[in-house]
Amino acid sequence: METIACPDCDLLQHIPRIPSGGKVRCAQCGETLFIERANALNRTLALTVAAALAFIIANTMPLMGLSAAGREASTTIIGGAREMWLQGSEITAVIVAFCAVIAPGGHILFLLVVLLAVRRPPAPRWVGEMLRSAHLMQPWSMTEVMMLGILVALFKIAQLATVLPGIGMYAAGAFIFLLSAVLVTFDPHEVWKRVEWADGTRPPGVAETDSGAAR
Amino acid sequence: MNALGLSAAQAGLVCCRTCNLLSRPAQRDTPGYCPRCGATLVLRKHNSIQYTWAFLIAAAICYIPANALPVLTTTTLGETESDTIMGGVIFLYTSGSWPLALIVLIASVMIPLGKILALGYLLITVQRGSVANMHDRARIYYLVEFIGRWSMLDVFVDAFVVALVQLEPLMSVEPGSGVVFFMAVVILTMLAAQTFDARLIWDSARRVEVAHG
Repeated sequence: METIACPDCDLLQHIPRIPSGGKVRCAQCGETLFIERANALNRTLALTVAAALAFIIANTMPLMGLSAAGREASTTIIGGAREMWLQGSEITAVIVAFCAVIAPGGHILFLLVVLLAVRRPPAPRWVGEMLRSAHLMQPWSMTEVMMLGILVALFKIAQLATVLPGIGMYAAGAFIFLLSAVLVTFDPHEVWKRVEWADGTRPPGVAETDSGAAR
Repeated sequence: MNALGLSAAQAGLVCCRTCNLLSRPAQRDTPGYCPRCGATLVLRKHNSIQYTWAFLIAAAICYIPANALPVLTTTTLGETESDTIMGGVIFLYTSGSWPLALIVLIASVMIPLGKILALGYLLITVQRGSVANMHDRARIYYLVEFIGRWSMLDVFVDAFVVALVQLEPLMSVEPGSGVVFFMAVVILTMLAAQTFDARLIWDSARRVEVAHG
C-alpha cells in the first residue's frame, strides 16, 4: 500500500498492490496515474535503443526526393529547417529544427542515459536531473506531427513533380512507433526508486531487482 | 455536488511536480525542496492564473496576423502567388483531397481557436470559484494539453514545401510572414496550457466544503 497524490487534482489516495499490467486511474479526475509492469525498465531500454537507432537513420538519410522537368532535389529533416533559414525565415527554421530534431533527439538521448544509469542502483543524483530534462523536452518533440506535415506537403507538391519517399521517411515512421512504445512502457516511478535522494540518503529498497519490486 | 476526497494540500502534504514523491514540509507556505529529487516544492504553480492569462492573450493577438498574413509565396515563371492558411486548406479541398483539407483545417484553424477559448473558459471558471462541471473541465484541460502540439502541422507543411520546391528559375516557394505568427500562437498556447494548474479546478469545491464544514 502506498499513498500518492494525483498530480492533476491533488487527491490523496492509497494505491493497493496491483497485478502486472494493471492500470491505476485517479479516483476523482480519472487521469492515468501509472501502469504496473514487471521488468518494465529492461523492456523500455530495449525499445529506447531501437528508437535511438531509428532516429539516427531518420536524420541522416534523405527523407524524400523530388524530380520535375529533369531537375532533382532531395531533403533530410534538418534540410527542411536549413532551407527555411536560407529563405530568410530564421525563427521558423530554429523552431522546426527544435521540434523535429533537437527535442526528440534530446528526449531519447536523456532517456537512454537514465535507463542505462539506473541499471546499477543507487544511481547518482544527476540521473534525476536528466530525467527531468527528458520530461521537459517531451511536449516539444513533434516527430509524428512532422510526419503528417510531410504527408500534406507531399500531396501539395505531387501535382507539380514526382516525389519519391526515401529511407529517412521509413525510419521516421519506425521512430514514431518505437517512441510511443517507449512512452507507454516507461515507468518514471521505477527510476526514481533507484536514484540517490537529494538529502543524501540512499533510496530505500535498492537491493530489490526490477521484477516484482514492491510499489 | 458530491463531496470531494481529501487533497494533499489539505492534509499538509506536497506532491513533487518532478518525481511525484509525497512529502510533509515543515512549513506549509514555504515547502522548500523535495527530499528525493531536490526540485523546488510548491503547493500550486506560482501565479498560474496570471501566467496563463498572459500567454493566452498574447496567443489571441497573434492569431489574427497568423490567419491574415500569407504563409507561403509561390513564384511560378515570374508570377507570384500568396497563400494564407485558409488558402492552403481551400487549395487542398479544390484539388480533390478533402480528408487532408479537413486535417489541416482542424489542426491549423480549429485547434488553436478551440484552445484559446477552452483555456479562457477554464481560467474564468476557476477565478469565479465555480464548482460546476469539474469533471468536464478536467477533461477539457486534458484534451487541450494532449492535442495542442498538432497545431504545429502547418509549420511543418510549409517548411517541407519550401525545402523541396526550389526549382529555380522554374518555380520556387518562400515562407511568408504569417508562419512566424502562427508558430507564436502554437507555442504560446502550449505554454499557457503548461502554466495552468489543473488542481485549481478542484480547489474551489474544496474551499467551499471547508467553509461550510
